[in-house]
Amino acid sequence: MTAYAHDIAAGAAWTVRLNRHRALRLTCLDDGANVSVLMFAAADPLERLNVPDTLKAQMSACLRPPLVLMSDMGRALATLTGSSLDWHDAVTGHSTDAHLDARWGPSDYAADRNAWRRSARAGLLDELAKHGLGRRDLHATANLFTKVVPDGDERGTLAFVPGHASAGDWAELRAEQDLLVVLSSAPHPLDPNPAWAPARIRATVAAVPAPGPDDPARLFRAESGRALAATERSLA
Amino acid sequence: MTAPAITATTTLFDATVGAGAGWTGELPAGAHLRIVDLCGNQAVDTLFFDARDYANRYSAVDTIREQGAVYLTTGSVLLSTGLDPLATIVDDTCGRHDTLGGACAQESNAVRYGEHTRHQHACRTTFVREAMAWGRGLGKRDLTHNVNFFMNVPLTPDGGLTFADGVSAPGKHVELRAERDILVMVSNCPQLNNPCNGYDPTPVRLIGWTP
Repeated sequence: MTAYAHDIAAGAAWTVRLNRHRALRLTCLDDGANVSVLMFAAADPLERLNVPDTLKAQMSACLRPPLVLMSDMGRALATLTGSSLDWHDAVTGHSTDAHLDARWGPSDYAADRNAWRRSARAGLLDELAKHGLGRRDLHATANLFTKVVPDGDERGTLAFVPGHASAGDWAELRAEQDLLVVLSSAPHPLDPNPAWAPARIRATVAAVPAPGPDDPARLFRAESGRALAATERSLA
Repeated sequence: MTAPAITATTTLFDATVGAGAGWTGELPAGAHLRIVDLCGNQAVDTLFFDARDYANRYSAVDTIREQGAVYLTTGSVLLSTGLDPLATIVDDTCGRHDTLGGACAQESNAVRYGEHTRHQHACRTTFVREAMAWGRGLGKRDLTHNVNFFMNVPLTPDGGLTFADGVSAPGKHVELRAERDILVMVSNCPQLNNPCNGYDPTPVRLIGWTP
């Protein structure tokens, strides 16, 4: 295949069909980025990313290389093969119109043209609808470039970490089967930045080798290896 | 432990749900649901839906973000994907409950514990059975990330997550008030491969009433 690049506008939604053993690299073009990601098996969108299964199987409270992103059917959807950051959130969801209205007031196309403020939820639902999907297909998003840390107290109080991602930070996902990846570059709702400041994101897609016997994800944990093997077996 | 008396004008249901069994029913706005961990350390996997709009269903991540904390306990408001309150936890003698661990499935068991566990009973099998039995269009698409009452999944500041021994004990309970008409779907967890049920799944009691 020929590699390609696409620049995702600040605060926009996008769908990418990512075939097996293609890598999607997302690079921040501005500081303070967030990319909220939904993921489906292209062959059967009833099979989708399951964050609880992904985190509990790999004993992690966040996404970081070399974690395998697992479906609700026990198969590897993608692998987070690399990143300049060691923490990507998956437990605090994404922005809705209610968040944006409360913080920045109304915005619409008539007044603001294509700079209008659109929430992650609105953008994700727009994209889902183009594929016959909708609210029933929402699941916990991977929030790339966002860090929200549990402080270890009895309630599990969470703290957003400002300044976690800067221009140039990146994350790369390798598809382990053909995927529908739906994402939004709208800011995270816990980001305290008083300004509406979504970041632009450069996406590049390129062919990469299939994970070999010594792939870091396969060796990371037995659970990671079993999820990869389950996908490989189902496509054998 | 003696639980506080229930002052009910109308008892809606009083059901004992056996280990590995499920239960589905509606709770009108204002009604209460008490879940009693009869024998201790029993995870009760639970889904909530807006009874008038099943797509407006419980959302673990929206609930966590809006309360600014990972665990659920008294005062936690269980939110839907539309950020509507579905239910509020009004009493909790256990202390805290998980909503990040999800429900066990045959498929996730095979990933976590190995292929030999694939044919063991699992919560998401109970959930699809309950969805089929309830009908009204409910199916696998509607089985979102759930609450695990009486389950303990500690997160650490360095990014760790574990399934720890339960913090519950025989007779402990959690009580919810419905904030709108809701549908509640329960799987009494049959998991045998981790400590969430003390390696011995046991029955729980569900009591619903209008005060």
